[in-house]
Amino acid sequence: MRYTDEYRDPQAARRLIDEIGRTTLAPFSIMEFCGGHTHAIMRYGIRQMLEGHVHMLSGPGCPVCVTADVDIDRVIALATVPGVMVATFGDMIRVPGTRSSLQQARATGADVRIVYSALDALELAQQNPDASVVMLGIGFETTVPTVAASVIQAQEMGLTNYFVYSMHKLTEPATRGILDAGEVHLDAVLGPGHVSAITGWGMWEFLPRDYGIPCAISGFEPLDILQAVLDIARALRDGEPRVSNSYRRGVTAEGNAVAQSLVARVFSVDAAEWRGLGEIPDSGLWLRPEYQAFDARAAIEIPEDAIAEPSPERRACRCGEVLRGVMTPPECPLYDKLCTPATPIGPCMVSAEGSCAAYYRYGGSII
Amino acid sequence: MPQDAMSDVILMAHGSGGKLSHDLVERVFIKHLSNPILNSLEDAAAIDLTDGNGQLRGQPVFTTDSFVIQPIFFPGGDIGKLSVCGTVNDLSMQGAIPLYLSSGFILEEGLPLRDLETIVASLAVTARGAGVQVVAGDTKVVEHGSADQVFINTAGIGVVPPGVHIAAKRARPGDVVLVSGAVGDHGLAIMTQREGLRFESPLQSDCAPLNDLVRAMLDVCPDIHVLRDPTRGGLATTLNEIAEAAQTGIAIREMAVPVHEPVRAASEILGLDPLYVANEGKLIAIVPPAKAGIVLAAMRAHPLGREAAHVGGVVSDHPGRVVLETVLGTRRLLDMLVAEQLPRIC
Repeated sequence: MRYTDEYRDPQAARRLIDEIGRTTLAPFSIMEFCGGHTHAIMRYGIRQMLEGHVHMLSGPGCPVCVTADVDIDRVIALATVPGVMVATFGDMIRVPGTRSSLQQARATGADVRIVYSALDALELAQQNPDASVVMLGIGFETTVPTVAASVIQAQEMGLTNYFVYSMHKLTEPATRGILDAGEVHLDAVLGPGHVSAITGWGMWEFLPRDYGIPCAISGFEPLDILQAVLDIARALRDGEPRVSNSYRRGVTAEGNAVAQSLVARVFSVDAAEWRGLGEIPDSGLWLRPEYQAFDARAAIEIPEDAIAEPSPERRACRCGEVLRGVMTPPECPLYDKLCTPATPIGPCMVSAEGSCAAYYRYGGSII
Repeated sequence: MPQDAMSDVILMAHGSGGKLSHDLVERVFIKHLSNPILNSLEDAAAIDLTDGNGQLRGQPVFTTDSFVIQPIFFPGGDIGKLSVCGTVNDLSMQGAIPLYLSSGFILEEGLPLRDLETIVASLAVTARGAGVQVVAGDTKVVEHGSADQVFINTAGIGVVPPGVHIAAKRARPGDVVLVSGAVGDHGLAIMTQREGLRFESPLQSDCAPLNDLVRAMLDVCPDIHVLRDPTRGGLATTLNEIAEAAQTGIAIREMAVPVHEPVRAASEILGLDPLYVANEGKLIAIVPPAKAGIVLAAMRAHPLGREAAHVGGVVSDHPGRVVLETVLGTRRLLDMLVAEQLPRIC
């Protein structure tokens, strides 16, 4: 298939790996920020290919995984409010809160719809004027622009039954949080391609400037990732920390200005709570006061008893450590014992971008 | 059908057992499915499993399956066609010759009669094509909202010819794994139709009865070890079921698995893996190595096996697990599907 096969060519992959081997002076550690990268790395066996040269750590780039329990519990409770229809990306539906999930809520009568875009949710609001349609705003810089656009459209159309429950988060503060905590040693960061397509690769200049480490922006095909690793190896060899744009077909220095202005128009930046990382200043996106009429947090009363105490199993869940790169999934005491994709205790085992799900699915711990 | 005698939608009265029920049976079901056993309208069908000499044609096998698909009409088929293919294929995967089906309809009040007739006509054409007779049937009507348009249950009876012993546990190291064609067509056709996703080249379900393909394969190799149709959960899940039942490993080459271009493209966009997507007209065959060549040739000579491929083999390593050699030549686990595949966030 054009546009993907040329990025999966085994001979080209072998040449890149040899080049990485020749360029590497000493083994180094990279964190892939993005859960999409974690899955691609496991799916194509890239970790095995780089063994001995590169140690790859998974980071916090799984939107569902970093969502705090309190938010998950609130949206599950929200789904049970009479007259509310929750619209969500599919990933969120199986994520366990402290005592339930949207899937369980749906089975007992809540109206939960899977959508592919916030604009689908907007359509649901038009088609169901008697329901309060709440779009779960989840994801990093990549997904926010369409949610922002949906709010603007809802306003233009005069819709009064469309709301967004924003849990959107920003990647830079999370990356800083991990580096500032100093729990893991990182020689470089593999930058997220889709996020950077919106923000521009220039955003990642803070890594060489403030932390003295290189970053390479990577696409999601195997050759994209290997090229980015090679660019990092070269920066390390040269002793010149820099940001390399290894995903030129998708990313520019400035990013998508239209998307950025949509987001800035609808959302403001403030502190947000992250699973595993705690509260991080200026890391969350919240609907601006002028769009309060579309803010589910303001407009819909969520039952008081939504937030439950976590069960003992849930307390043993190490998703937080996994998200910070401090622990690999198989090191969690629950992994493949109490916690499997069929019986997930924590969100990292559920999401298509979660590290635990990637390890489990592709046999990271057995092959 | 005369307008005066019948409403143009299904009413509760169509299930009452009275005049409307009778008319529905005559004017829709008998009209399309007509055969001497069904037409007798007795409470149970008398069937014949013997050959001309009064001997059983083989080991009788019996199966049942229910069909609840949405949408009921999809590119490449409809619930009527599917309800025949599913049961015929279940029988065929035992190596059986499918002979008789029953067809139980649960109709939602308000279903357009024209839709029902289209479904029954399609069911009849498919059954005739597969050489099976629908010899028993039933219709019930439930209130609007108590079912989703139409549900069909199909039971089937067939006979396994002498000398054929097909079972998942017969897979043994050294055997060759064959697939009859490209995977993922049905699931993605349904998913894109259901979600209203539009692609340039429409995806078609592969929904088809496989009994004639199986017959062609058994003609050249009665000693096929395993046959399975990778329906829900797709190729990956079915291979895992075989590996687990046989307590052997299975090794598959990703490059060797046929996938149609539109399916690959739609899967890329949706973040799905075609190896986990349902098929309704494909089979996996596990055959002794010495027979792999002739079985593959027989498959490719059949219209439903033109794209058949040798995708891997049964191994003694990693019993109970399936390992995939990726396009890059690395190896990783190919696990079972645990929950429905859901499109990713970004």
